[in-house]
Amino acid sequence: MNTQDSSFSRRAAAAVLVGLLALLEACATPPAFDYTAFRQNRPASLLVLPPVNESPDIKATYGVLAQATLPLAEAGYYVLPVSLVDETFRQNGLTTPSDIHAVSANKLREIFGADAAVYLKVTSYGTSYSVISSDTVVRVEGRIVDLRTGQLLWQGSASASSRENEGSNQGGLVGLLVKAVVTQVLNTATDASYKYAGMANQRLLGAPQKNGVLFGPRSPNYQKD
Amino acid sequence: MTARVWKTGLARLPALALAGLLAGCMQVPKPMYQWGGYQDQLYEHFKGDSQHPEAQLQVLEAQAQKARGGGAALPPGFRAHLGLVYLRLGRDAEARQQLEAEKASFPESAQYMDFLLKRLAAARS
Repeated sequence: MNTQDSSFSRRAAAAVLVGLLALLEACATPPAFDYTAFRQNRPASLLVLPPVNESPDIKATYGVLAQATLPLAEAGYYVLPVSLVDETFRQNGLTTPSDIHAVSANKLREIFGADAAVYLKVTSYGTSYSVISSDTVVRVEGRIVDLRTGQLLWQGSASASSRENEGSNQGGLVGLLVKAVVTQVLNTATDASYKYAGMANQRLLGAPQKNGVLFGPRSPNYQKD
Repeated sequence: MTARVWKTGLARLPALALAGLLAGCMQVPKPMYQWGGYQDQLYEHFKGDSQHPEAQLQVLEAQAQKARGGGAALPPGFRAHLGLVYLRLGRDAEARQQLEAEKASFPESAQYMDFLLKRLAAARS
């Protein structure tokens, strides 16, 4: 009886240990991103440029742009109004994201007065249908460049996919929580890619994320990360 | 007896450690802004004129009113976007007011708001 009991508690302790290790793994930071330039420049305002789209779906640019403000603003940054920014580019004859991405940092700073610009590229956006399953995948790459110094402050990429709902837990604990929040926020949206674009954006631009964007001046967590 | 107390105390340890870890890595802060349907409205705006500016205006104004009532903060860009919708409806005075409101709420926007206000004045004079 006694030996059985102790072997049980030993097994239970082992199970707890494995669980703790898994949690630690989820929290621990992998090879850390070099934040030297980010910390030196500390931008307060961000200009999100219309994303370049490399997917076949023309809705990708605006599906991603429309949902880029929330993660960055909640991370503590002022994000310039994306609709007006898009309008200003149009009025100046810049209608494609690749043309807009080619505008010099000085010019962007002069017109918009933002500290840094956010360059996004959508590499996947849409649903691929097959006999067994149909997957919706959105993948976004991002770069933040300081418009005062021209320095690259941060870069990363993130994706979200409908396959995550089927048991696998790619985003870890935090990812699941984020997903729950974002799903709730976006429950009015109808097309699937739009929903996953919101999730991908949150993973890419939200804070805190592994190797992600640092908290900005408006966040209570500013300079604590 | 003491052994049992020790055991239950030990049993609680992992639970405490777990709670500590969870608190450590899952700071899910309270949202800073009231988002409502703002981003969905932006998407509608970008997709084209499937929705009349008047309908967009109603949704946004209702949200602004709700935020005012509940003392919640409107997100960055909300007022400026509202200004753009007013502009589309030819209601320049209200558009101007919203751009000024964006500037007052977020001083980081001052340079761009001034740029827009100046262009607005030049276009309509």
